[in-house]
Amino acid sequence: MGKVLMKGNEVIAEAAVHAGCKYFFGYPITPQSELVAYMARRLPEVGGLFLQAESEIAAINMVCGAASTGVRVMTSSSSPGFSLKQEGISYLVGSELPAVICNIVRGGPGLGNIQPAQSDYFQVTKGGGHGDYNIPVLAPASLQEIVELIQDAFDIADRYRTPVIIMGDGMLGQMMEPVEFGEYSEPIGQTKDWATTGTRGDGAPKIISSLELDAESLEKRNEQLQEKFALIKEQEVRYETYEIADAEYILVAFGTVARITMNAIQKARKHGVKVGLIRPISLWPFPDKPFIETRNKVNGYLAVEMSAGQMIEDVRLAVNGCAPVGFFGRTGGVVPSQEEIYEKIMSFAGGLPV
Amino acid sequence: MTMKTVFKKTSGLTEKPTHYCPGCTHGVIHRLVGEVLEEMDILEDTIGVASVGCSVLSYEYFNCDMTQAAHGRAPAVATGVKRVLPDRFVFTYQGDGDLASIGISEVIHAAARGENITVIFVNNAIYGMTGGQMAPTTLVGQKTATTPFGRDIHIQGSPIKVCEMMATLDGAAYIERVSTHDVPHIQKAKKAIRRAFETQKEGKGFSMVEVLSTCPTNWGLDPSESLEWVKENMIPIYPLGVYKNKVGGK
Ligand SMILES: Cc1ncc(C[n+]2csc(CCOP(=O)(O)OP(=O)(O)O)c2C)c(N)n1
Ligand code: SF4
Ligand SMILES: [Mg+2]
Repeated sequence: MGKVLMKGNEVIAEAAVHAGCKYFFGYPITPQSELVAYMARRLPEVGGLFLQAESEIAAINMVCGAASTGVRVMTSSSSPGFSLKQEGISYLVGSELPAVICNIVRGGPGLGNIQPAQSDYFQVTKGGGHGDYNIPVLAPASLQEIVELIQDAFDIADRYRTPVIIMGDGMLGQMMEPVEFGEYSEPIGQTKDWATTGTRGDGAPKIISSLELDAESLEKRNEQLQEKFALIKEQEVRYETYEIADAEYILVAFGTVARITMNAIQKARKHGVKVGLIRPISLWPFPDKPFIETRNKVNGYLAVEMSAGQMIEDVRLAVNGCAPVGFFGRTGGVVPSQEEIYEKIMSFAGGLPV
Repeated sequence: MTMKTVFKKTSGLTEKPTHYCPGCTHGVIHRLVGEVLEEMDILEDTIGVASVGCSVLSYEYFNCDMTQAAHGRAPAVATGVKRVLPDRFVFTYQGDGDLASIGISEVIHAAARGENITVIFVNNAIYGMTGGQMAPTTLVGQKTATTPFGRDIHIQGSPIKVCEMMATLDGAAYIERVSTHDVPHIQKAKKAIRRAFETQKEGKGFSMVEVLSTCPTNWGLDPSESLEWVKENMIPIYPLGVYKNKVGGK
């Protein structure tokens, strides 16, 4: 298969099909509606099933049901709908069910608007629902990267029996780029011996539940979950760096914003400011390593986000006081321009407050 | 004297002793479902979905694969299971707070879609598990923890009659309301549950059996008064009978 020109939302859908996902439960919401529509058309072609649920709450619970049978299953939404899924996501974590959930983030809070935003960063990376948990979150910056990360998302979900979140923004969903898909993959060779598919031929009844009435038992279960999260932190960190070898200043941005910063970085370099970029690809686990490696060498970091400043908290933790951390963000669906990022770099490098 | 077996253990239930209060008919309803699954020989092909309520631990009692759903969402979870495994039997076991309040949307849409699942709906006119608060099915005048002066239609409105409402949906294939207040009614209830699972077996669509049930603990009555209360107070408001039958036969 050669390169094809597609919209981001459709790439997410096709990448999921390529990753062996045959079941999708969703509810329409802008700016991810193309994804739902694509799945409705596409899944029957591969012998799968698309079902429009009556709400995001129903959709995520249908995902719980399908996931409990051991198949690869996905749902997607945008911010308000993603909020509604939180209880179900917490149940997925508590019952250790694999699934992939997309959040194509839009401006908030409340109904907000349908323009691109990254203001659900806290919600996706810090738990979001009730209970002690984290979920792997992958944030692609290009359509080709979506293809790769959707495959990774399903593999991670199965490997650790966990939901995985793909976080994009409206821009990523709407942009068109040529992409190339790999081979269709069958779910990696795990026997999901925990799945509830009926006991015929496989012995005693199985139970999928997140309930543990006894405090000590629930604590034990939490400890096991924490061990799993620690393993994910060790194994599943993803990031990219750009021009950091000689950098005196480092920008930190993810998703489409990271792409915009690259142009601003080039311009700043032409004007003699040595600046680079750390682009977290896994938002959780957050990539501490590139910060640890640079924090005693650079003059400062500048977090650039489409939010009032959320990822910056993780940047500060990773920098651990070793260097100043500045911030530039736009909210409400406003996309920061290359020009304004450039100006922020220059004033940051010039010691001016940002 | 010859011994006669009046109560046979069903292989549809596990050995685990249930945690229900004395006189609670949840246990009876469990047994009926277990017996039907056993008699239809479908235990190995069944996945049950437990809900949130006093019956949350039903996943430990039914002797088949079980998953546990969030409060009210069992029909959505069951939909997910059934759509992946259409040749398996899938049922939910839900209380009236679970089904008729927080989960009313999920059950209506499952029925509207004609999901080929079976819903066992246990109506005890109260929230048992959380300590006896008003349910959508609480009777007018009934005192509960959150209607200390009795349910007042001007404040809390009127009870939801779930069978009557669900029967209006084209996707609903079999809807019946039964009771557990005496042996003849328990036998009828079992027949209804069997017909609901047969509806599913025939692929006819959504089936639901509403079972009127007791909650002696939160009603403040003893077990036999509770059975009487079902008969005297619940049945007049929740008439028994078949509300929808696309399957035919009796
Ligand atoms: C989202 C959510 N809200 C509230 C609760 C608390 N809760 C647990 S059981 C229950 C009511 C159950 O009543 P019912 O469905 O009638 O079952 P019963 O105990 O009477 O059999 C409530 C409100 C919960 N677990 N989850
Ligand atoms: S509280 Fe009520 S419904 Fe719950 S087990 Fe006791 S009697 Fe049954
Ligand atoms: Mg109840």
